[in-house]
Amino acid sequence: MSAKTTNQRAWLLVAPVVVLVAFNAIIPLMTVVNYSVQETFGDNLFFFEGMKWFEEVLSSERFHASLLRQLQFTFIILAIEVPLGVAIALAMPRKGFWASVCLVLMAMPLLIPWNVVGAMWNIFALPDIGLLGKTLNAMGFDYNFTRQPFSAWATLIAMDVWHWTSLVVLLAYAGLSSIPDAYYQAARIDGASAWAVFRYIQLPKLKHVLTIAVLLRFMDSFNIYTEPFVLTGGGPGNSTTLLSLDLVKIALGQFDLGPAAAMSLIYFLIILLFSWIFYTLMTRGEAK
Amino acid sequence: MSTRRTASFKWLVPFVYIVFLMLPIYWLLNMSFKTTNEILGTFSLFPQEFTLENYRAIFTDPTWYNGYINSLIYVCINTLISVTVALPAAYAFSRYRFLGDKHLFFWLLTNRMAPAAVFALPFFQLYSAMNLFDTHIAVALAHCLFNIPLAVWILEGFMSGVPKELDETAYIDGYPFWKFFTKIFLPTIAAGIGVAAFFCFMFSWVELLLAKTLTSVDAKPIAAVMTRTASSSGYELGLLAAAGTLTMVPGAIVIFFVRNYIAKGFALGRV
Repeated sequence: MSAKTTNQRAWLLVAPVVVLVAFNAIIPLMTVVNYSVQETFGDNLFFFEGMKWFEEVLSSERFHASLLRQLQFTFIILAIEVPLGVAIALAMPRKGFWASVCLVLMAMPLLIPWNVVGAMWNIFALPDIGLLGKTLNAMGFDYNFTRQPFSAWATLIAMDVWHWTSLVVLLAYAGLSSIPDAYYQAARIDGASAWAVFRYIQLPKLKHVLTIAVLLRFMDSFNIYTEPFVLTGGGPGNSTTLLSLDLVKIALGQFDLGPAAAMSLIYFLIILLFSWIFYTLMTRGEAK
Repeated sequence: MSTRRTASFKWLVPFVYIVFLMLPIYWLLNMSFKTTNEILGTFSLFPQEFTLENYRAIFTDPTWYNGYINSLIYVCINTLISVTVALPAAYAFSRYRFLGDKHLFFWLLTNRMAPAAVFALPFFQLYSAMNLFDTHIAVALAHCLFNIPLAVWILEGFMSGVPKELDETAYIDGYPFWKFFTKIFLPTIAAGIGVAAFFCFMFSWVELLLAKTLTSVDAKPIAAVMTRTASSSGYELGLLAAAGTLTMVPGAIVIFFVRNYIAKGFALGRV
């Protein structure tokens, strides 16, 4: 990798991005910070409360429970979607008409608005009118995602796999396409096994795009709101109430702005921490 | 021998996956051609009384079709802004070292992580204070929060794949920066621009929470029109299915246009 030149005027090129993002990020974030340390009884009267809300949220069992559910959800979908996405990208035709067909069809779920995804899976999985629910029950499974927590979880994960695996496929496919044919020819001459080709040619090339894929899937699954809200509404009971669902319940359902803001910040810091760990681990090899 | 056998069955993997992807879409499509009574009353793999009534209702009611127009307007504005400002920034990140570059890059990424649920209320207050509430530009600007970092990130990856010698040769040949950037560099990474625009379009099109929070009538997105209909006039499943089906159309068109960019791939190391 050739060394970058030091050039402080590069800030001029970055400036428009910084201004636009800062405007959208810093002002709202300060508003949230502001709420998180105050108590209000309406009429725009606020009282300084210090760290009270943070202590309350961090010690509440409700928060622990939804955080645990969130971590479970994110871990499960990452463990399914990343290997599955890479496997599909490896099995796809590399170029030509069929490659285009695959790409176009696979990208479909990515471009459906999230509430439509939720609504679509709702009517797809309902035990009385949905294809999936009806079929599973006809096969003898007792399946009803509006009543059974396990079914609700399975449906939620199936929906997310349906929705997002293609993102991993697209990125992995793009990474694979960047490998020159000469590499494969050389491997064939050397008599390399399929595993060796994957391990020493394909995987290194996939590293950069997989970093993007894992980080994107991590962030988005941690922020997921609309789809589970439409599909299960957090139920049955609280069994699928992920962090953001819980947050919106507190903020807009109960109008507890202080605790909601404190929870938002803790939530954001958790995502930040994990992302930073992923980011450092996965880019460690590149930065020298 | 064994390699040939695996090669001949390899197509099964993407095939099964695509079938899995198409099943819920097929079910939605199936329902969109049924009346709500038929959906609730009978279970059938194909519409028994085929009807276009749901689609007719959408195309004749301005609150419905304006929803689509509104969504398309702010999504296009957002994609344009995001990619335009991200291009020079991504170039700076991929070519130069400057004070605080790594921190700045990570800070940009952190905005991709901010839960929209956290920002909904402050965004409402911010854009109301600027008199931009219920305008297309408000939603377009708000979506910049997550789309600009993403565009910078994707473009930086593409640009780093272009050898630095290309820049150096051009500068030696006497090209000024902007001329080199627009005449030589941008065409070189056209595929990357296509991919970045695709992702911006996609994330802006599918986002609902912020778009819904920042609009009421004039710029109301289609996804929000759908939630309103679901709650106010009972559960019109057929209409909802038809509206859902139509939300897939712009996405399908965009994919069709960028398919070659994605298919050509990130083959830029060979330029």
